[in-house]
Amino acid sequence: MSTVNCSECDAELAVADDCVIGEIITCSECGGDLEVISTDPLTVELAPEVEEDWGE
Amino acid sequence: MAPIKLALLHSRVRVEEKLLIEALQQRDINIKLIDIREVTFDPENPGPWQEFDLILDRCIAHSQALAVTAVLESMGCLCINQHDVTRLCGNKLETTLALFKHHVPTLPIRMAVSVEAALQAIEELGYPVVLKPNTGSWGRLLAKVNDRDAAEAILEHKEVLGSVQHQIMYIQPYVEKCNFDIRAFVVGGETICAVKRYSEHWITNTARGAKTENYPVNDELARLCEAAANAVGGGVLAVDVFETKKGELLVNEINSTMEFRNSIAVTGVNIPEQFVDYMISCVHGGQRTTAAN
Repeated sequence: MSTVNCSECDAELAVADDCVIGEIITCSECGGDLEVISTDPLTVELAPEVEEDWGE
Repeated sequence: MAPIKLALLHSRVRVEEKLLIEALQQRDINIKLIDIREVTFDPENPGPWQEFDLILDRCIAHSQALAVTAVLESMGCLCINQHDVTRLCGNKLETTLALFKHHVPTLPIRMAVSVEAALQAIEELGYPVVLKPNTGSWGRLLAKVNDRDAAEAILEHKEVLGSVQHQIMYIQPYVEKCNFDIRAFVVGGETICAVKRYSEHWITNTARGAKTENYPVNDELARLCEAAANAVGGGVLAVDVFETKKGELLVNEINSTMEFRNSIAVTGVNIPEQFVDYMISCVHGGQRTTAAN
């Protein structure tokens, strides 16, 4: 496990080592959705809002 | 034989993409993950893309998937799913028209482009009806319209608040369906498994909290789903089917970037593995799709 700080509330989050860029993690403290934008170094930012044409 | 080179196009990475990556790695396929937000596409310079045997489109945004696969197919790249399949499946009206064209049992619809015409169409069908955005997923922005007051309100909201896409009114009759619908997974023309999605709510998308259980695939369901998949050009597809209270099976929608995380354990079918098998067969034997329209 690696750790990263939530970009919304600064909580420390544990992230699986096999995470990939583009994966979404949810902050256990503020509930915000965070997108992994780099794995080395592990970096997250607030994920974009769901768009109208997203889906299957 | 040299390992297959595959580009997996993505933006947001869902559980499904991770499962596919794992299944691809188990088959020694050389994968390159490409976040489409970070690359540019030059249709006159296909070289960098032609090094891939296969492009797997897993873009979460339909509009982006359409644009990207259009460019890549113009370069001669093999894409799964094909651009035309994605185009048909991502547009409910076009899906319906393809199903009609191929005589696949589906729901009747009405289409209108103004509030007045939509009201007339709704009253022709009779209440309740379901208004759907022409493009969209996960059960979002569906409206069950029970009477004229609700119809007028929703249509006004669509007209005033919606984008131009919302001026295309896609209207289905509401189908009484015993609290569940069926999602069948069709891979390379074969219905590999299906689940029943049930909910107390009339919307039975798992993204909206519906639960799943195995739905054994019988000949009738397999034939219907394979005909539906064929109607939109084939590939790897999730076909959503209503079973009416009279026991009739009707295709509702077809999904071209299917999500399957909730269907592996309940069916016992390794969907990502079968997905990968299909991709390998496409590389080695040519794409087994039918290009419907």
